[in-house]
Amino acid sequence: MENLETPVLQVKNLAISYRMRKSVVSAVRDVSFEIHRGEALGLVGESGCGKSTVAFGVVNFLDRNGRIDNGSILFQGQELRGRSSEELRRLRGDRISVVYQDPLSALNPSLRIGEQLREVLTVHRGLRKGKASKKSIEMLKQVYMPDPEAIMGRYPHQLSGGQQQRVVIAMALLNNPALLIMDEPTTALDVTVQASVLDLIAELRREFDTGLLYISHNLGVIAYVSDKVGVMYTGEIVERASVEDVFLKPMHPYTQALMRCVPKLGESKESSRLPPIKGRVPSPANLPPGCIFEPRCDNARESCRQKHPNLREPVPGHLIRCHCAEELGKEERQPPEGLTPEMIERSMREDTGKPILRVEHVKTYYEQKNRSLTSLLGLGKKRYVKAVDDVSLEVPRGCTLGVVGESGCGKSTLAKTIVGLESPISGEMEFLGFDILPPVSKRDDKLVKELQMVFQNPESTLNPSFTVGYQIGRPLRCFTKYSRKEARKEVIRLLDAVRLDASYYTRLPRQLSGGEKQRVALARAIAGNPKLVVCDEPTSSLDVSVQAAILNLLLGLQEEYDITMLFISHDLSVIRFFSDYVAVMYLGKVCEIGPAEVIYSPPYHPYTEALLSAVPIPDPSADQKSIRLSGTVPSALNPPSGCPFHTRCPRKLGGVCEEQDPPRQTAAAGHYIYCHIPLEELRKMEAVVTLTKQESTKGVVDAS
Amino acid sequence: MGVSEQARPPVIATRRSLWQRFRDTLAPILASKVALVGLGLVSFWILAAIFAPLISPYGPLEQDPEAMNLGPSSEHPLGTDHLGRDLWTRLIYGARTILVLAPLSVLCALAIGTTLGLIGGYFGGWIDEIVMRILDAIMAFPVILLYLIIIVTLGPSAINVVIAITIAGAPGIARLVRSLTLDIRTREYIAAAELRGENPFYIMFVEILPNARGPIIVDAMLRIGYAVFAIGTLGFLGLGLPPPSPDWGSMVCKGRHYIWLSPWAVLWPSLAISSLVIGLNLFADGLREETMRYQ
Repeated sequence: MENLETPVLQVKNLAISYRMRKSVVSAVRDVSFEIHRGEALGLVGESGCGKSTVAFGVVNFLDRNGRIDNGSILFQGQELRGRSSEELRRLRGDRISVVYQDPLSALNPSLRIGEQLREVLTVHRGLRKGKASKKSIEMLKQVYMPDPEAIMGRYPHQLSGGQQQRVVIAMALLNNPALLIMDEPTTALDVTVQASVLDLIAELRREFDTGLLYISHNLGVIAYVSDKVGVMYTGEIVERASVEDVFLKPMHPYTQALMRCVPKLGESKESSRLPPIKGRVPSPANLPPGCIFEPRCDNARESCRQKHPNLREPVPGHLIRCHCAEELGKEERQPPEGLTPEMIERSMREDTGKPILRVEHVKTYYEQKNRSLTSLLGLGKKRYVKAVDDVSLEVPRGCTLGVVGESGCGKSTLAKTIVGLESPISGEMEFLGFDILPPVSKRDDKLVKELQMVFQNPESTLNPSFTVGYQIGRPLRCFTKYSRKEARKEVIRLLDAVRLDASYYTRLPRQLSGGEKQRVALARAIAGNPKLVVCDEPTSSLDVSVQAAILNLLLGLQEEYDITMLFISHDLSVIRFFSDYVAVMYLGKVCEIGPAEVIYSPPYHPYTEALLSAVPIPDPSADQKSIRLSGTVPSALNPPSGCPFHTRCPRKLGGVCEEQDPPRQTAAAGHYIYCHIPLEELRKMEAVVTLTKQESTKGVVDAS
Repeated sequence: MGVSEQARPPVIATRRSLWQRFRDTLAPILASKVALVGLGLVSFWILAAIFAPLISPYGPLEQDPEAMNLGPSSEHPLGTDHLGRDLWTRLIYGARTILVLAPLSVLCALAIGTTLGLIGGYFGGWIDEIVMRILDAIMAFPVILLYLIIIVTLGPSAINVVIAITIAGAPGIARLVRSLTLDIRTREYIAAAELRGENPFYIMFVEILPNARGPIIVDAMLRIGYAVFAIGTLGFLGLGLPPPSPDWGSMVCKGRHYIWLSPWAVLWPSLAISSLVIGLNLFADGLREETMRYQ
């Protein structure tokens, strides 16, 4: 408490630049903030905005070509900048810890967990080995590691991702640091794991009274973790205030635009479209002279173009870097043209007749290669990874089925099985009335044309050797009889349909940004005019503002070309926004399927309930039940008998769940829940998420 | 302003110009000093070989009984051999054969090795197993032994030298291409091509091969160096080109007998072989470094 006067970390006017081959790129400019004991500052921004550079600058871990040009970094009142590394080590001592995104690269793969934890204490504190072990085990207990004694003897690869991150956090806390820097510590984790790690971080911060600098691109996570938030844009903090102010009363146009880009849990395409931010992030080598956000701002004025705004404090405690923010809040923002939700009256779902795609009892297993002697002789038992295990679903024409689940639940394998990249071992699949069990190479050309796919990774979705024009034109050459000239015209039309101009025709993929690559991939998928497009996490590696643009584009194209979609994502908010129907998958099985709005309100499958309660919501006032799953996802090589979820289910009934496959219960027309718990019981559940009503949030997940 | 801009139909170049492509290819070479030095050495021999009749007044087989085993002089810049033939002339005519045979044999090995590697890597399964085991069997022989077996069976001639080097080189290339293919095969654009119902050979040669070209080209450069070495070795062992023709390897072999009388006949062809090999290696190294940086 007595430390309240001197902040743990005080950064003033920090400027960092990188020396590139030919030029100097300024990555961070004029960044100031302070963190007190027990306080968490969240830095949020899109990729390339310099948030990680700030963290690296604070601990002096910049790459060799990086340099702090200006400003000061005070740690517990003492200047860190300009000291030799020896002095730094002494000053900093063991009082700053850092946790990075990838836990596996933070742990040494060839040392046991115990040795790595002990080392922190024996090196920094000079503790004896026995005592260090004892303390390490205590710390593992505090981060809720099950069976800490056994964990001490394991190697990093024997732990799951969430457990690894817990170990890293335990290691960071062993020294009782005054400042903890976390750079996207949960980005690589699944939502349910992320939720429990976030809980842990919040709890430990209170308990240890550490200052926390938390960096993330995820607005929901930042809203959950932080007390104060700094929003960064191309190397500058554009808005800094308490978490409530930033999320509920954002003042800077960039913050406002960013908030609108994110689909809120409960928002759907019927009620709104996501307004993307126009233009793209300027490159740090070529910044606009005035306000850095001016070229993309809807309210830019002449003065914004000329004068660079300084950070000012129009409301006490709320700092922004904008000339005219006060005038913005008053007038109602005009949504840009073409985004008004006139598509509400879409005649959909009202008995659209026969489903376009029908999947029944499909199983896709991968044989596990076993190199033991018995199996080489053909004696051993064959082992299978049950990636998709008895899945049944239907997609009506013109609708979107969203498939959601954590990593390893088999959603991608399901997609690959449907398009024919993997062969199921049993089951039935029908598309447009044709059997699509055989792999794509054995399917009829006309059928192949109707089923296309959009992939996840923009970096590998386009062939780096060919121009954009060639790659969009290739399906035309395969599926149509266009002449060269007609095909060229058609490609330019397709480019236009995905909002890229014709000059992209001759570009190579390496000249495009991630979002642009995904647009080209989209154009390529719809070139043959398919009936069904499978989208496998098309936006999960994109920034939110880019994601908003791509989602809008998908919706527009779906309308225009009458495409049915199978949309796969791990993001429940995106799925809710985008889909008409939702299937929730766990360990190769569907556990709940039905119309989107029904899935997101009770009765839930217990797993759906847990998932919903784990979604980070970018709204600090949202009321969210906290249901945390224990344990880890079992291996698909040897899934639990009975209900696959019984090992982690907080509502497990008992023996039945372990022994019998859960029955399919019809909760409403088209809404099926695979669970042993009687429907009456499930209906008694409360809504997991209740958003407080405010003008920015249109839908409320559930009120009943 | 806006009106006039809209009125003008957009002119769109739908092909990348030749110059653009040329510049793209050349950029990594020009950026590396090592590659430039290598290129210099190699092009010295290429130019000398092309303009051989213009550079030298003698013929490669022209004997002068008056001037045997001479050192460098103004008439014979590098001296003469035991039959009075001009060494410089024989070197540059020898460069002609070696600069045709070495790339030719590597090209043949590339064609075979790349095809096998692509097939093994792309199809996988038992096809891969069969292809790779056969190639392993070839690789189990020491290279020199393999050359000897093939050329002794087929008889020494230029064509047979090419065949020998091709057979010995193809398995290594196939292994490299296979490993590259295994990686590239998992990219999403390959899945996209499969979903268009593309023919497997289109996928292998159009979708995969161009993206594997960087490492393949670098490897091929090194292999041309090895091939120069191999041709020299075979010539020295008397398994290269038949006697009177100018061949660097056999020049060393013949000159060896007179090494105490006149070391020049051994020195120059040895230097020629090593300078060409070093040039090719430097070129490949520089190229590799630059292409890695580009990625």
